[in-house]
Amino acid sequence: MATLTAVRPAFGGFSFDNCKRNAVLEIEASKVGCSVPSARKTGTTICGVVFKDGVVLGADTRATEGMIVADKNCSKIHYISPNIYCCGAGTAADTEMTTQLISSNLELHSLSTGRLPRVATANRMLKQMLFRYQGYIGAALVLGGVDCNGPHLYSIYPHGSTDKLPYVTMGSGSLAAMAVFEDRYKPDMEEDAAKQLVRDAIAAGIFNDLGSGSNIDLCVITKNKVNYIRPHDEANKKGVRTGDYKYKQGTTGVLTKAVTPIDLELLEESVQTMDTS
Amino acid sequence: MCRHQNETLPDTAVYRKERGTNEVTMNSRGLRSQLKDSVPVAGFSPQGAYGVQDSLRSGFTSVKNELLPSHPLELSEKNFQLNQDKMNFSTLRNIQGLHAPLKLQMEYRAARQIQRLPFLQSSNLALDTLRNSDESIGFEDVLNDPAHSEVMGEPHMMVEYKLGLL
Repeated sequence: MATLTAVRPAFGGFSFDNCKRNAVLEIEASKVGCSVPSARKTGTTICGVVFKDGVVLGADTRATEGMIVADKNCSKIHYISPNIYCCGAGTAADTEMTTQLISSNLELHSLSTGRLPRVATANRMLKQMLFRYQGYIGAALVLGGVDCNGPHLYSIYPHGSTDKLPYVTMGSGSLAAMAVFEDRYKPDMEEDAAKQLVRDAIAAGIFNDLGSGSNIDLCVITKNKVNYIRPHDEANKKGVRTGDYKYKQGTTGVLTKAVTPIDLELLEESVQTMDTS
Repeated sequence: MCRHQNETLPDTAVYRKERGTNEVTMNSRGLRSQLKDSVPVAGFSPQGAYGVQDSLRSGFTSVKNELLPSHPLELSEKNFQLNQDKMNFSTLRNIQGLHAPLKLQMEYRAARQIQRLPFLQSSNLALDTLRNSDESIGFEDVLNDPAHSEVMGEPHMMVEYKLGLL
């Protein structure tokens, strides 16, 4: 009887009860030949660049699950606050949940201080949370925004280290995108030049990396305006079908026509209401 | 006023008596005794219901299984709140002197005593306000919220246990 009494957890959060069971299941499954389902990753190219008046963030739109494309048009640029956006690479669920949690925290914080949130605050919150979980939360992020101190761009790695740089790339296509940046980046660019540069960097990632593909999304953040362009460019268009199996009206000739009306008597009428609650 | 020369943290595992200039003694056991680092002994408290081992879910029991934590983060997460509090109190003591963490810990103890009956989940509003966790949201609010748990303790048993009648 006494064992029934004190069962509940005092705190919420992660529960590690099933870890041993999962380890046992994995060993048993590999003995039989099956494999446990893997997490959906975003195998991505994300990048950001600081230009004269603000920040341009770019991302591709493919989400992969092993060797299969799970989502052809997923949105990888997440909202953090009206002046701060964040691109996420790594495990899709982790980036989604992390950015939503930090967005809520930042909203509460800005309501408490009464000011527009700063990019450094979001960066600090993210890195403290990712370090607390020692890299088990697989979220690699590019955080960019404009606050009272100007435009800022950070890259945040899954273990909790951050870099504050004028141009950053993350994800599996990061090397291809970084090559474009290293070649053509100049400080204090104009907005159109910056957009073109980010578009080319993401395109390099899309065409040279298997994990990235589909369209290019851009987000241009300036002091008073955010321009979320989705999609900015459809780099990989799905093919258009050249043939059509539908026949035109009148292809088959009509020889004779006979019309027979069917008379039906109304015997009984009843109404039954649907339960649409 | 007591001064602890060779102690930087507000709590140690050893019960120390310090005689200051006006013969005041202090118990410095504090937060350390609440750390849940205890290692379960194999065979004494298996994880399944009614204390029987749950072979379907956790495999056969072995000493290694029960001694090691099932995930590297398990111990760190169990003690996270306590470690944060320790760190904050120690910083506060270094900045403002001993009175600040003492007063705060007294308030924490008072706030922790405002609870509902043992089988009901209480909101801990006073404790949250003191800790400033009413202005932040974390995984403990989203995942495994104890207010939404599917099992409830037997009310009569729990009240009797709390009152010491069991």
